[in-house]
Amino acid sequence: MHAREEIRFVLNETDVAAGELRATDTLLDFLRLRRGLTGTKEGCAEGDCGACTVLVGELRDGSLRYAPVTACIRLLASLDGCHVVTVEHLSAPDGPLHPVQQAMVDHHGSQCGFCTPGIVMALAALWMETPAPTDRQVETALQGNLCRCTGYAPILRAARAAGDHGTPQDDPLVRGRAAMATRLAALRDGARVTAGPPEAPAIVPADADDLARVLEDHPRATLVAGGTDVGLWVTKELREIAPAVFVGGLDDLRRIETDADGITLGAGVSYADALGPLAGVFPHLDAYLHRIGGAQIRAMGTVGGNIANGSPIGDMPPALIALGATLTLRQGDSRRTMPLESFFIDYGTQDRRPGEFVEAIHVPCPAPAQRDAACKISKRRDEDISALAAGISVTMGGDDMIGAARLAFGGMAATPRRAPRAEAALTGRPLTPATAHAAAAALAGDFAPITDWRATAHYRMRAAQNLLHRFVLEQNGETARLAHA
Amino acid sequence: MPEGKPEYRAGRVADDAAHGPLAHDSAAKHVTGRARYTDDVALPEGTLHAYLGTAEVARGRIRAMDLSAVRAAPGVVGVLTAADIPGRNDISPTGRGDDPVFPEAEVEYHGQPVFAVVAATRDAARRAAGLARIDHEVLPHACDVDAARRAGYPLVTEPLTLARGDAAAALAQAPHRIAGRMTIGGQDHMYLEGQVAVALPGEDGDMFVHSSTQHPSEVQHMVAGVLGLPASAVTVQVRRMGGGFGGKETQMTLFCAVAALAARRWGRPVKIRPDRDQDMIATGKRHDFVADYDVGFDDDGRITGVDGTFAARCGFSADLSGPVTDRALFHADNAYFYPAVRLESRPQKTNTVSNTAFRGFGGPQGLVVAERMIEEIAYVLGRDPLDVRKANYYGDADDGRDVTPYHQTVEDNILPRLTEELERGAGYGARRKAILDHNARGGVIRRGIALTPVKFGISFTATWYNQAGALVHVYSDGSIQLNHGGTEMGQGLHVKVAQVVADAFGVGIARVKITATATDKVPNTSATAASSGSDLNGMAALDAAEQIKTRLRAFAAETWQVAPEDVRFTRAGVAVGDRIVEFDTLVRRAYKARVHLSAAGFYKTPEIHWDRASGKGRPFYYFAYGVACSEVEVDTLTGEYRVARADILHDAGRSLNPAVDRGQVEGGFVQGMGWLTSEELWWDDEGRLRTHAPSTYKIPLASDMPREFNVTLADWSENREPTIRRSKAVGEPPFMLAVSVLEAISMAVASVADYSECPRLDVPATPERVLMAVERMQRRKEAPA
Repeated sequence: MHAREEIRFVLNETDVAAGELRATDTLLDFLRLRRGLTGTKEGCAEGDCGACTVLVGELRDGSLRYAPVTACIRLLASLDGCHVVTVEHLSAPDGPLHPVQQAMVDHHGSQCGFCTPGIVMALAALWMETPAPTDRQVETALQGNLCRCTGYAPILRAARAAGDHGTPQDDPLVRGRAAMATRLAALRDGARVTAGPPEAPAIVPADADDLARVLEDHPRATLVAGGTDVGLWVTKELREIAPAVFVGGLDDLRRIETDADGITLGAGVSYADALGPLAGVFPHLDAYLHRIGGAQIRAMGTVGGNIANGSPIGDMPPALIALGATLTLRQGDSRRTMPLESFFIDYGTQDRRPGEFVEAIHVPCPAPAQRDAACKISKRRDEDISALAAGISVTMGGDDMIGAARLAFGGMAATPRRAPRAEAALTGRPLTPATAHAAAAALAGDFAPITDWRATAHYRMRAAQNLLHRFVLEQNGETARLAHA
Repeated sequence: MPEGKPEYRAGRVADDAAHGPLAHDSAAKHVTGRARYTDDVALPEGTLHAYLGTAEVARGRIRAMDLSAVRAAPGVVGVLTAADIPGRNDISPTGRGDDPVFPEAEVEYHGQPVFAVVAATRDAARRAAGLARIDHEVLPHACDVDAARRAGYPLVTEPLTLARGDAAAALAQAPHRIAGRMTIGGQDHMYLEGQVAVALPGEDGDMFVHSSTQHPSEVQHMVAGVLGLPASAVTVQVRRMGGGFGGKETQMTLFCAVAALAARRWGRPVKIRPDRDQDMIATGKRHDFVADYDVGFDDDGRITGVDGTFAARCGFSADLSGPVTDRALFHADNAYFYPAVRLESRPQKTNTVSNTAFRGFGGPQGLVVAERMIEEIAYVLGRDPLDVRKANYYGDADDGRDVTPYHQTVEDNILPRLTEELERGAGYGARRKAILDHNARGGVIRRGIALTPVKFGISFTATWYNQAGALVHVYSDGSIQLNHGGTEMGQGLHVKVAQVVADAFGVGIARVKITATATDKVPNTSATAASSGSDLNGMAALDAAEQIKTRLRAFAAETWQVAPEDVRFTRAGVAVGDRIVEFDTLVRRAYKARVHLSAAGFYKTPEIHWDRASGKGRPFYYFAYGVACSEVEVDTLTGEYRVARADILHDAGRSLNPAVDRGQVEGGFVQGMGWLTSEELWWDDEGRLRTHAPSTYKIPLASDMPREFNVTLADWSENREPTIRRSKAVGEPPFMLAVSVLEAISMAVASVADYSECPRLDVPATPERVLMAVERMQRRKEAPA
């Protein structure tokens, strides 16, 4: 096993080897304070406004893929082997503007200009893969970018027009992709990296087996996958996280296997990578997954991390619990598998032992008569934290009665939880408004939600009950939700 | 989202002349990351960083502050408290002495800064700030207007009453009468660039401050005040802000004062930048209001009398609450004639952060109540609210329905024409009928449509603020440098003023160098606020340019022996009689002939006057108008909604830059939508603001935009007053066009009870509030008649 003491990546055109770092160092501070690259802005330092969006290129299965990333919560140690592209690198100082930049100028897409570098980078990421996007694709690409001035209309006009100013093949980044892939491949030496002060190290294991060994030495280490939650512990709560183990780049935790049994997601699979395969089997998850974070958060955040953090308002658990997902945890070489709902013990407490890590999530294939829905309610449709989230799955029996029901809710209790009373009220009954009514009434016995800034207890309960009505209406062919809800 | 119609006539003017749709002067810098903001200023070696330590109680007497752990923290140089202020410990913009940098005895809101820590790095200062131990005697607090009133809290400033006619008698005699209450939420500015300042100490105790501010002169005076210096010792500069919206009209002074105090104390440059949470907790917001209204009307829906009380949550100090609540009253009529009226403001003190300016400056909160009253009337009479609106529009001298509650005559009303054009262009009638049919079929998804007007008064109501200065230099090579008192926060002010100057000299815009706003170039400036930026500074810059032109004209006339009036500055060069002289050539010769090529320009708005004591005058030079028609879909199971379409026809007079103005309309509308829908400020029982970052405070995203969004400027409109090139101010008025969205949601909700009652949807109409209103309507429908 190789070992290294420096995180290595390419910043624009420059090789970076960072040994003197702390686990809590963010990419944004590195860019602005240590490299003077002030084009990348800090708007919120919590991954919500997108002003700090940069591109991070990574080798995946031999090819180089770029994704938009919020530099404010992207920890420096997670960048080993990556190519970081900032707005300064998008066009040469004396060359023509990047087509997205030119379109933004021509269509008056900037006013105060502070969100603009982030928006340009988010659109550049879209444009590299989708040079002629639909409006829906543009909006989706901008779910993680706030603009307070323009009302977005001119930005959308610019995004539509970027193709008029060049093709991706004219983009130096696209043209240089093969050469950069070679350069990055040379950085991937299969080494474990241990950087920073010995008493507070940032560790990047070589692979999942190595991770198991690292955790035996550091059983209480902070595991950082996408960092979309841990990043906030750092930037908002000023928490120390070392020793920290960075697992987001481990390919063997990013495998997705689909077979007759179902889908198995490695714990490090990002929302963005999970989206296609999951929605392929469960079409109802397409819109649902598109309401998790923005493009940046979906590119960084992982399904496994969303579960392992045990948040009462994580979006994945309700949807996956309803589908009967199981969780596999690993410690050393031993593994155990449990129903996903069993993992959540209480607020802030999960069934994960010191030295153990979430390895995979398995979602069984749906039964032929299984009917599923997933719903999220929030103040703002996109890039908002759930007031409540619901996963609903019923399997019809041969007699046109509900044979089995699985309901799971987030935001209704201290953990994501099933609703046994409401499930019982559904089981053995026909899929009718009266049944929904009975289940809704029973739901009041399943949960006693709280009031906070996202919603009152009353609203949470009433909306959760109404989602059962929505489910039945939709199963009976009625329109009962807004488009893309 | 189909493309909106092109809103300016292509080819009408040269691209870079006044009235041309030029790009923002910094557009290329914005998109490449090369535009420098205050946070990007390169810091001198040895710069220190300050961070604020805040109170953890909503109200309490400070018994002791133990800052020893703060001082001992790694990297810390020292701390600053109220005791370390050599000058005046007050940054009240109205000089009331109620707004300390740091409180000396009593904390008045949760999160109030009570000290600053200064350290070698921002990270060190930020970590150290959390180590303070402050011992408070906790006092009872009151965070909202009702609680504060019950607790006997005072008003933060003198209230205003506007009255005309006998409102009580009119109400008593009205054929119909409805009284109600509307709660209207506040709004955080959520400028993408937060507060930030860098103070650089100079010789003689002088101080230079880089600040993200809409009001450099205010910073100058406040910094001078806390340091105990004359204003002449302080220079403040801002090249651009990453958004302001009113949040940097007074709220930056705290940060500038702390940076300057620390810079003075340690003799080193000091930078301060709060994190987003502290920025949102410790700076003021749009005032939330509770409005009680009582409206009388006849069978035709014509208003006969109005009585309204507007209580505002002002926070612990006055800040700008006086003029903000005044402006709420000035717009409580919106576009409607009230034959008899009495309006009263209650600027209520509360234990919350001191609320401040925000785009519209109280106007939106007044206006939305006028629209609620229209809605109430429409539901009582079973009429289309648009008919009620039209029936109440201001009239003219002939019908005598042209006087506002503040006794100013409305002389420039173009709303009937705007309304008629938009009603036709947006197909309002047919769409409303289709929506009524859709809703009549029942179902979960209900739809609504509303067409609402805006009339907005232009001028600072503090009359002396309506002045501006500019400085124009023509260098001997023919290049031009432009400076004026206005600040650039994204609204395109600099490019508009540069267009005016380029056009005056007949030169291309590229020749005009735009420079940072600085108090040592143009003194005694007003805030860039009240939509006044281009009205005031455009005229001042034009005055400066005309002074130089007069000298050049005299020189050319003498040189080439023509009459001065035969010297004209044209796009082809300077026409001197029959000959064309290159501008550069003329300037070079003029310089050698010792012609003065620099001028300070000045402007003050004519005609306006205001007597607050009597509530009478002409506070506004003119009005800007607009109309919007919005259509929504509402999910009656969850209260979620989306805006299907919005059509806007807005009056920017003869627009100085239609591309920039269109941007103000689109952006203002969406920001207004945010205020009315998803942006909710939420305090807990301890008085803590719990929505203090974009993770918890939700401004609109791209996907919240209307699915179809058509924005048109009324290209036939010209300001009847001689403003800069007959344009109209455009910064604030479009914000209130978003009221059409609120009213459309309200209609969809009302459909649940067959429009038998006004849903009284309060602001912000979050999905939760919408669902609660749906449930009220359902209960009404189910209740036995």
